[in-house]
Amino acid sequence: MRTTYREAVREAIREAMRADSRVFLMGEDVGRYGGAFGVSLGLLEEFGPDRIRDTPLSESAFTGAGIGAAIGGMRPIVEIMTVNFSLLALDQIMNNAATLRHMSNGQIGVPLVIRMTTGAGRQLAAQHSHSLEGWYSHIPGLRILAPATVADARGMLAPALADPDPVLIFEHGSLYNTEGELPESIPTCDISSAAIGRTGTDVTVITYGGTMPAVISAADELATLGISAEVVDLRVLRPLNDATIMQSVRKTHRAVVVDEGWRSGSLSAEVSARITEQAFFDLDAPVMRVCTEEVPIPYAKHLEEAALPRPERIVRTARELVGR
Amino acid sequence: MTRASSKRAAAAQAAEPDFVQLLTPDGQRVTHPEYSVDFSDEELRGLYRDLVTVRKLDAEATALQRQGELGIWASLLGQEAAQVGSGRALREQDMAFPTYREHGVLYCRGIDPIMPLGLFRGVDQGGWDPIANKFGIYTIVIGAQTLHATGYAMGVAKDGKVGGDEGESVIAYFGDGATSQGDVNEAFIFASVYNAPIVFFCQNNQYAISEPLTRQTRVPLYQRASGFGFPGIRVDGNDVLATFAVTRAALDNARHGNGPTLIEAYTYRMGAHTTSDDPTRYRVASEVEEWQAKDPILRLRKYLESTGLIDEAFVTEVDAYAREEAVKLRERVLTLPDPEPGEMFKHVYPNGSPEVDQQAAEFAAYHASFEGAHS
Ligand SMILES: Cc1ncc(C[n+]2csc(CCOP(=O)(O)OP(=O)(O)O)c2C)c(N)n1
Repeated sequence: MRTTYREAVREAIREAMRADSRVFLMGEDVGRYGGAFGVSLGLLEEFGPDRIRDTPLSESAFTGAGIGAAIGGMRPIVEIMTVNFSLLALDQIMNNAATLRHMSNGQIGVPLVIRMTTGAGRQLAAQHSHSLEGWYSHIPGLRILAPATVADARGMLAPALADPDPVLIFEHGSLYNTEGELPESIPTCDISSAAIGRTGTDVTVITYGGTMPAVISAADELATLGISAEVVDLRVLRPLNDATIMQSVRKTHRAVVVDEGWRSGSLSAEVSARITEQAFFDLDAPVMRVCTEEVPIPYAKHLEEAALPRPERIVRTARELVGR
Repeated sequence: MTRASSKRAAAAQAAEPDFVQLLTPDGQRVTHPEYSVDFSDEELRGLYRDLVTVRKLDAEATALQRQGELGIWASLLGQEAAQVGSGRALREQDMAFPTYREHGVLYCRGIDPIMPLGLFRGVDQGGWDPIANKFGIYTIVIGAQTLHATGYAMGVAKDGKVGGDEGESVIAYFGDGATSQGDVNEAFIFASVYNAPIVFFCQNNQYAISEPLTRQTRVPLYQRASGFGFPGIRVDGNDVLATFAVTRAALDNARHGNGPTLIEAYTYRMGAHTTSDDPTRYRVASEVEEWQAKDPILRLRKYLESTGLIDEAFVTEVDAYAREEAVKLRERVLTLPDPEPGEMFKHVYPNGSPEVDQQAAEFAAYHASFEGAHS
């Protein structure tokens, strides 16, 4: 069945709500409006305002309330419009959701799912467009998911809701309209492994989420130059699945990490460090990175595009590594 | 909903809001025991010109967005009186902190109206100097500017710039949705505790994107102020005279050292939240029509016509003036130069920084390698 990423997320929510009365969705404009990115369109009509809750305009409040509800036995899905606005709820996410299991000596957990839109590419400027999932991956106690495919958009929510701890799902805004094929019966999905998005032999390109299309188009371009790129889709940013990365690097001996976050102190730095620690002697060249320029995301379209990891930059970096 | 709560909600809907009004929707001048205005005929005509011009420029911006010339636009349609009334109430020394919708206040501050269009066209990041123009940059993160305004006002007080007619006041703009944010409530507390010279100006346009006011509050917003320890007042935000009077009084109160006021300007967002929104998804046409009858411009026009202060010729002249301004604005917008891609590295730090500089250099070299091919 052909479906969009947006519809896949919506279907996942619908299925979870039908299956478990403890599940509800809350956030700003998720009801009649259908969510800032149209994900929850139609759900209010099916489930009513008690389970599809428009909240007052406070990220900290509805995230904190989600924690309380989760502790009390509900399975809330909290939607935050964009990752930038999640910063208003950072205390609740980091100081509270991520630590309560530890601070209660393991007696309570916070089975909360927080979904948010991340990333640039839609001309929404410096207070809407950043990629901060790398920051969140820094925090012990959280599980961080970055679905890049329609299958993961559809499949990741159920295991996230089943997880006894807080799970953050980052949906890249540029992916909502992407399309993919889904089987009639949805297979179970794991939220612990990385995936090989495309097999190859000459260079490993590691990425996740919203940069996947740029990486795939770079891999296509590299193929025309006779360079075979293997694409690793991290899928789960915390805990990182090292084995898949290392297996690929041991095969290709070269790695490029593509990350829409800023380079300094980033998730790409973490991946690169792990490769150096675990596969140093398999490398034929230093690990390279293609990240967003270290500027607040510009508003102007051509500037925004120029700031992001583009296929040309990925191709150029891969070619430098391979020496062709 | 329980029976009691649905009853309460029904009562809240039925009651006409209790607010300061000096000009009724059908253009009748009414008096208020506490608030009055003392405008010359020329000033009244000026207010009319402001309202019409501000609406026309806003409509032009919306049209430009529709034609793909702006990325997005947050229209002020319906809120002209709230913005012109409060904007004209500011004295030269006063400082304003806007959201993203205060194009009318910006206009009253004497800032070139092309400035926000440059911003939303993406040719600069926020073109005016907030200090020189006494008008902060547009703030997208809901509520954040109320804290900046409070801190600024605390600084004004610390500088000893309050306590007389020459004192400086600060005004913070925000919407009804913003009143739910912690930042806004914390701003109220700080302003109150430090007795800061600030006016919190809430344009209650009844919606936060799709969410109606009832999602944010069970009591009239202006009443919240009392819990924070300062006065709150509601004004008919579609009445430019009342908005002016109430705002001027609150600003003067603040500049004399008497602390903050919360003003709730009761108004309505006639258009979409922004050009990316479709309001038919969440509100009915009859509600919009009801508010159409309370139009801020029409009522002033009726009043001025009935008192003989303006005539058909004046109205026509103002329309022509506004149209001309809009045409000029459009022409200038279309010729705004695109920024060089390297521009984005320029204002991360005032004097550069190793990482940014290195990336800027790589970026420039990379772009130079394409020179002539494509850009
Ligand atoms: C912290 C934060 N959360 C969410 C948003 C998305 N958003 C933009 S405008 C808006 C509604 C604001 O409503 P209100 O304060 O009433 O002002 P209005 O737009 O009606 O003038 C929302 C939720 C945002 N910009 N910032």
